[in-house]
Amino acid sequence: MRVAITSQGRDMESLLDRRFGRAAFFCVADTDTGELTIHDNAQNLNAAQGAGIQAGSNVAGLDVEALITGNVGPKAYAVLKAAGIRIYLAPDGTVAESLQRFKDGLLEESLSANVEGHWI
Amino acid sequence: MKIAVASGKGGTGKTTVAVNLCLFLADAGLQTTYADCDVEEPDGHLFLKPEIISRRRTGIPVPQVDPEACNLCGECGSLCRYSAIVVLKDRVMTFPELCHGCGGCAYICPARAIAEVDRPIGSVDRGNAGKLGFISGCLDIGQAMSPPLIKEVLKETPDDGVTIVDAPPGTSCPAMTAVGDCDYLLLVTEPTPFGRHDLELMLKAVRSLPMPKGVVLNRVNGPDAAMEEMCGRYDVPILARIPEDRLVAEAYSKGLTAWEAVSGYRTVFADLWSGIQKDAGRCGE
Amino acid sequence: MKEIVVISGKGGTGKTSITAAFAGLAKKCVLADCDVDAADLHLLLQPQVRERYEFSGGGRAEIKAEKCLKCGLCRQLCRFDAVRRPADGSSFLTVNSLACEGCGLCVHICPAGAIEFKPVVDGEWYVSDTRMGSMVHACLYPGEGNSGKLVTLVRSRAREIAAGNESDYLLVDGSPGLGCPVIASLAGSDLAVIVTEPTVSGEHDLLRIAGLTKHFRVPTVVCINRSDINPAVSDRIAAVAEAQGIKVIGRVRYDKAVTEAQIAGKTVNEYTDGPVAGEILAAWHRIIDLSEGKE
Repeated sequence: MRVAITSQGRDMESLLDRRFGRAAFFCVADTDTGELTIHDNAQNLNAAQGAGIQAGSNVAGLDVEALITGNVGPKAYAVLKAAGIRIYLAPDGTVAESLQRFKDGLLEESLSANVEGHWI
Repeated sequence: MKIAVASGKGGTGKTTVAVNLCLFLADAGLQTTYADCDVEEPDGHLFLKPEIISRRRTGIPVPQVDPEACNLCGECGSLCRYSAIVVLKDRVMTFPELCHGCGGCAYICPARAIAEVDRPIGSVDRGNAGKLGFISGCLDIGQAMSPPLIKEVLKETPDDGVTIVDAPPGTSCPAMTAVGDCDYLLLVTEPTPFGRHDLELMLKAVRSLPMPKGVVLNRVNGPDAAMEEMCGRYDVPILARIPEDRLVAEAYSKGLTAWEAVSGYRTVFADLWSGIQKDAGRCGE
Repeated sequence: MKEIVVISGKGGTGKTSITAAFAGLAKKCVLADCDVDAADLHLLLQPQVRERYEFSGGGRAEIKAEKCLKCGLCRQLCRFDAVRRPADGSSFLTVNSLACEGCGLCVHICPAGAIEFKPVVDGEWYVSDTRMGSMVHACLYPGEGNSGKLVTLVRSRAREIAAGNESDYLLVDGSPGLGCPVIASLAGSDLAVIVTEPTVSGEHDLLRIAGLTKHFRVPTVVCINRSDINPAVSDRIAAVAEAQGIKVIGRVRYDKAVTEAQIAGKTVNEYTDGPVAGEILAAWHRIIDLSEGKE
């Protein structure tokens, strides 16, 4: 299965980016094949409004079944849910550690947004 | 003639000046209308105690997608800069609270699958207080955008007679929308460092607007050289210096106008009105 | 770390004076001035700017004269009356950048591709040092919009700093009203302190702003400033607040020392030991007790 993880950098040793909408990158890992691709989220960092929604829409286009991140606001949550993506909120760590926690079943699926929406 | 009463800083006396000026003009026999554009916290009605004749709800047009007609081409999502409409693999999602009502998605949809429906944001009241016409906007609590409602209030103002527009505080889009097309702009300030600082911000903000501007100094208790110097620098006349008066403050706190409560106030506003007329004339309005 | 947002509904009730006073009384705090279109907190705290950033709220449309066909489709479709056609019909159309909301529709539909979408710098924000702690503040260029986005930036950075230096409090000076900059200041904060005044306007506006904090589920308390101007209305406001479950954490008297402090560039509690300072201190202690769950 393909899983997206918000990342501060371009590889698995980068730290998990706790933000979703304004995450620097999305690492997409295929848990079956081990394949890894990195997607830049730069255009969202300067969006006037709705970064979470845009990120949700972008992630939906990456054909992933699950997302691992730090915080998700209500609008981003709505988009991800509509796209059928399961959301897992992870503690601080590297992208590799977060993926391992997910594989080990240590992360609980999040059934709602965990932070209030921002204005951006 | 439309006169907007604004300020940078809140609490300097916009509503006091707007309301009392209206009462003076109506008493002098001019057809006068008060328009409360401080739609987030409208207070004019507390002093004018109008009889409200009509209240209409107003809103912003937001997209409604017909899923049968939609072919998920994604044009709407690409156009929208507010993330108010987003196209996923199997459906289109809308976030009406982010929509600015630009109408773009509905216009460009190649499948003509988007209709616009009204999303309510507030109300506009019309009425009168004796001889004075009264219009007021009130934004629904929780709504973020006041300019569209401010525009609706302004649309209701009459073309003839004098309209006094009570603007919201600040220097950004709500205040600028309220003062936008007035014939004369009155800026009310108080003789404190905050008052001076925020007046200067407002003078900078309105510098590029074509209408003539004048300043009202409220709650004055002595000469204020710094204020006089600053107004001189921006070439804006000080049309009135209203003294600090405990009686006026007490009347205000009870919801009474200075006009009703303090004798001698008539002169202040008579002088202000002739100051406005003279300055407007000077600027060839 | 507790984030305390000072708001008012009605303008001019004393938010900035009280926020600054609280900052001086807090042991360790970070400040955020979120009244971005009429920021005054710096006049009391004299910040030393360490970092400066440009802020862009969005973009504006710009019509390239040489490509404009003068067809007027942009003007016809613009919902914000931002496209002007000059009186002399032979000249090209222009965009009024104050009215332009940056929706981009005209850019998209122009048959000649004559309209560009230009990012615009709408303001600046700063990270500074003050004698009370770090301060994040901003200046929206006069007349600009999207203050909500700038407020969010200021708050986010202030939160990061407060978390990083283990401050006890983040004190946010909010703006008047209840529109987007206020909403952006409130969402997710720990406590809203509504500063009001004992006037019918203050009372009316308090009820509306309290409705907003309730909507966003932010715990709320009230401080009645200049309370001795009208004790009867003060009492009425207190009763109305308490009936809604909103504690009155302070009544601060009118005192010209507040303006004198402002002129001296100091907080009230730095300037005077008089009763007004004692009342502000008492209000701050109530806030501490509430934040620590002692009430």
